[in-house]
Amino acid sequence: MTALTNVVSSVLMLVGALFCLLAGVGVLRFPDAICRLHAAAKAQTLGVVLILLGTELQVSVKFAWALLLVAVFQLITVPVTGQVVGRTAYRTGEIYRPGLVMDELADRLAADARRESGEPAEPREDAQERGNG
Amino acid sequence: MNVVFALTLIMLSVSALLTLVRLVRGPSVLDRIVSLDVLVTLIVSALAVHVAANDAGRSVPLLLVLALLGFIGSVTAAHLVGEREDIR
Repeated sequence: MTALTNVVSSVLMLVGALFCLLAGVGVLRFPDAICRLHAAAKAQTLGVVLILLGTELQVSVKFAWALLLVAVFQLITVPVTGQVVGRTAYRTGEIYRPGLVMDELADRLAADARRESGEPAEPREDAQERGNG
Repeated sequence: MNVVFALTLIMLSVSALLTLVRLVRGPSVLDRIVSLDVLVTLIVSALAVHVAANDAGRSVPLLLVLALLGFIGSVTAAHLVGEREDIR
């Protein structure tokens, strides 16, 4: 184990821990479930992957494979969790509305409701606008 | 190297404390699900530091199982909250 590996591993671990700390602060301070999800999904994933990479450099090769598997698994599963939790938060209405810049799903839901109530003209225009923009 | 491990674990512990505060206070069930997910991931990180510090390769399967269980737990709980109105 050379000095260079130790330095790289230390930097990776410290930066990763810093991101984990930021994720904790975000989960505590942000105003609603979706904002907290933002901190939990992005900062936390980056933090744990960096720490796992730092660990890779410290262990022997036969364990490094399993650690890499954990990192890949995190990268695959966290978006799924985020999508499911975010969808549930939207459907149950637990959203801090003033914090939203835009809400594209609301337009879609309104268009669907209009179409179901028997006015087919409105969604066509909508689609055309989206195509041009 | 020991200083690095100690610093990393301290930062992870502070983060876990902040997440625990949100877990206890969190107004909705979804907030608790999110903070529990973060807590599990923090435990995975701390175990990874333990593996590096003590060369404890035997704990690596624990990491895999914990990551898997955290994912399944969060997704299942979120689905349950979405489908049942009485536990919000």
